[in-house]
Amino acid sequence: MVNMIIDGKEVSVDPGMTVLQACEQIGIEIPRFCYHERLSVAGNCRMCLVQMEKSPKPIASCAMPVGEGMTIHTNTPEVEAMRKSVMEFLLLNHPLDCPICDQGGECDLQDQSIAYGIDHSRYQERKRSVTDKHMGPLISTTMTRCIHCTRCVRFATEIAGVPDLGLLGRGENAEITTYLEKALNSELSGNVIDLCPVGALTSKPYAFIARPWELKSIETIDVMDAIGSNIRVDVRGAEVLRVLPILNEDINEEWISDKTRFACDALSYQRLDRPYIRKNGRLKEATWNEAFNTIAATLKKVNGPDIAALAGDLADCESMIALKMLIQNLGSENIDCRQDCARLDPTVRSSYLFNSALAGIDQTDAILLIGCNPRWEAAVLNARIRKRYLESGIPIGVIGEKSDLNYEIMHLGDDVNVLHDILAKKGRFSKILRSASRPMIIIGQGALARGDGHAILGLTRKITELYKIVDNNRGWNGFNMLHTAASRVGGLDLGFVPGPNCRDTEAILDGASQGSIKLVYLLGADEINMERLGNAFVIYQGHHGDTGANRADVILPGAAYTEKNATYVNTEGRVQRAYQAVFPPGEAKEDWRIIRALSEIIGKKLEFDSLAQVRAALVEANPNFLNVGTMSPAAWNKFGIDGEITDMTLSSHIKNFYMTDPISRASITMANCSKAFANNHFEKITNNG
Amino acid sequence: MNDDSKQEPANFEFTREFLKTAQSHIKKYPKNRQSSAVMPLLDLAQRQNGGWIPKPAINYVANLLGMPSIRVLEVATFYTMYNLEPIGQFHVQVCTNLPCWLRGSNDVLNSCKKCLGIETGETTDDNLFTLSEVECLGACVNAPMMQINDNYYEDLTSETTENILFNLREGADVKTGSQIGRNSCEPINGLTSLQHMKSNLIVEDG
Repeated sequence: MVNMIIDGKEVSVDPGMTVLQACEQIGIEIPRFCYHERLSVAGNCRMCLVQMEKSPKPIASCAMPVGEGMTIHTNTPEVEAMRKSVMEFLLLNHPLDCPICDQGGECDLQDQSIAYGIDHSRYQERKRSVTDKHMGPLISTTMTRCIHCTRCVRFATEIAGVPDLGLLGRGENAEITTYLEKALNSELSGNVIDLCPVGALTSKPYAFIARPWELKSIETIDVMDAIGSNIRVDVRGAEVLRVLPILNEDINEEWISDKTRFACDALSYQRLDRPYIRKNGRLKEATWNEAFNTIAATLKKVNGPDIAALAGDLADCESMIALKMLIQNLGSENIDCRQDCARLDPTVRSSYLFNSALAGIDQTDAILLIGCNPRWEAAVLNARIRKRYLESGIPIGVIGEKSDLNYEIMHLGDDVNVLHDILAKKGRFSKILRSASRPMIIIGQGALARGDGHAILGLTRKITELYKIVDNNRGWNGFNMLHTAASRVGGLDLGFVPGPNCRDTEAILDGASQGSIKLVYLLGADEINMERLGNAFVIYQGHHGDTGANRADVILPGAAYTEKNATYVNTEGRVQRAYQAVFPPGEAKEDWRIIRALSEIIGKKLEFDSLAQVRAALVEANPNFLNVGTMSPAAWNKFGIDGEITDMTLSSHIKNFYMTDPISRASITMANCSKAFANNHFEKITNNG
Repeated sequence: MNDDSKQEPANFEFTREFLKTAQSHIKKYPKNRQSSAVMPLLDLAQRQNGGWIPKPAINYVANLLGMPSIRVLEVATFYTMYNLEPIGQFHVQVCTNLPCWLRGSNDVLNSCKKCLGIETGETTDDNLFTLSEVECLGACVNAPMMQINDNYYEDLTSETTENILFNLREGADVKTGSQIGRNSCEPINGLTSLQHMKSNLIVEDG
């Protein structure tokens, strides 16, 4: 420990800390613009100057490491004068356009000028102006406001791994630019908006929409991928206006992907705001009673075993447990939450979890990616892998399509035989896995959502055991399933899977097309091949008019993730709660309530009337639902089979990062992104059903 | 950096000779630190391309050193010695900082303008001369001075300046360094100190 004196107080801090961090530790706030905990130190804004005894000049506290016996002053008149001078220089060329600036009210420069600004300008010269730069469909630029802190440059280079931003020129002519005016091609680009301490980089879709003091903020979680990023939803009246990240070191640190941040405009488009019934081939508006009665009349004509239900990627646990119980009451166990037909094994929990936890990436020393593209499937997780890569240069092997993941990879091929080779202790990555002390496998749904998924799962398990990737003695489990659907782990945990000898997704779709399944209840399931539903009577419960609603015979309008108090389980198996930020539009209702109401009308009343009772049912189905916010470790067991693998190519199942679910497909912003980044060989999302 | 696509070459590549020099620069740095050679390489590119660095050269240097193009462009735009726009055969850089100004740099600059018929920042129609006003070049002791390509011209007056430019235009030999015959940066009137050691000093013939 290093002993030093800050403002007369003796403190001892870790060596390697900076003076600024030492001050923070004892509660002294140092003003800053360029310094950011998660970025490298630049030391160029000079706002954090403090006095150090025996130093003739003030020091930049963000860049100065602590030293034994240092004496620091942060509250002297000299420091105050220095900060005022720095602020005066920063404001020389900064326009006085706060009234028309989107950053107004949440601007670091504005806030700190309250404390250190002077009330007049001594600057007689012409202020400089800078041409705005094109940074794609998400980031709006007003570069005259830029104070050259270079946070955005450092974020793009270090975190996002797309070194396209730079500070060109020098002195008064310095400008932040993207290389050759290229849009910032990163799935995390929106984070530069949060990082920008002034109004130079602001959100394009949110431009001139609202002021921060008009907004109500609700802290909840995201469902655009299976990471469960912690977010803050800002609403005004009945409308969600923006989504911002909140800090969770275990999950998203303080980043969110562009889909999480910008798809929220879709919460106002293509909404199912009232029930619909198909009459003479066309969907007609209806009342709840009419919709329920139509369903009740149809159910009378259908036998229990001819009923099936599928849960989609955004379904919450409460609605899934309610639907599961309803279908069981109707005498069927043809239910599945794996609409992509992924061959996940619901009986062994550790087989479908990201067992090492996302934070486990910070400790691993070798990663093998199988059939997944983390950049598109979980952009925040990819940033974590990149962080680990930059820290220690760990080897990262990829079995699947070759793509740019923003870190160096060893592309081992897209062939299943590579897995066989590794199991036979052959090949270069075999050596790496053998010598690694905390190796990790990340397997994506692309490897499982296929006919021979069971066999690939079995093969991967054998590799996991052979190389001690799971080691109970050391408490390390590096077998990691990467999901892309926010609902998947929750669905598997609560058992939204076919009962013994009952139909899974594949069999349900086969049955429906052959006519043996006569009624299919889609709980927000849109990513199936609707043609395979044949002549079945289709009930679609969901919030967006997507393929499912298009095919439905009855539409029950549900609530999107910002409109309900709901439970989701992320890919790690971490139970998290989403909180209601706004009310569902029009006639739409919270999903479990719809199912509860329907159950009464069809005479199969479910035994719960409140959210607490539904959650009690969840806990009954799986006690893990008690552990909100934490991960419950899962025991290792046998899973997968020794089957024949028929298709030898492995690839990710996401082809377009910006359009993966009913919400992002309805988003205009996401459509613009798809267009802007079309050079990424994005294709239409493929249906696996 | 203005777009002047008319004169911008589509491609850039070092000639064999330049590539050899470039590689000797790259070799000076340890493995994975090759990007340290960015500045000499940019200089080489500028020399090969007639005094300025086109965009393809930025990309070329970036590829050669395995670094992002924007990082190379940052370096190239930071230093004023790299020219990112086409430039005349002779780059006349007149220092107008305080010591030179006190010693008559206004006359030197005006002579340049008059003699070349251009303002600062401009290039003559025959593409021979580009005139720039620059900050201190570190030869204050022989002020006023100017730099043309790799050479310094010191102790200038209007006449000597015009003479130099005239001779350059004609392709005649031009005396570099001090124009009044002083050796290096010695005092004009001979040694003022260490005179007792004069006999020991090795004096080069100017």
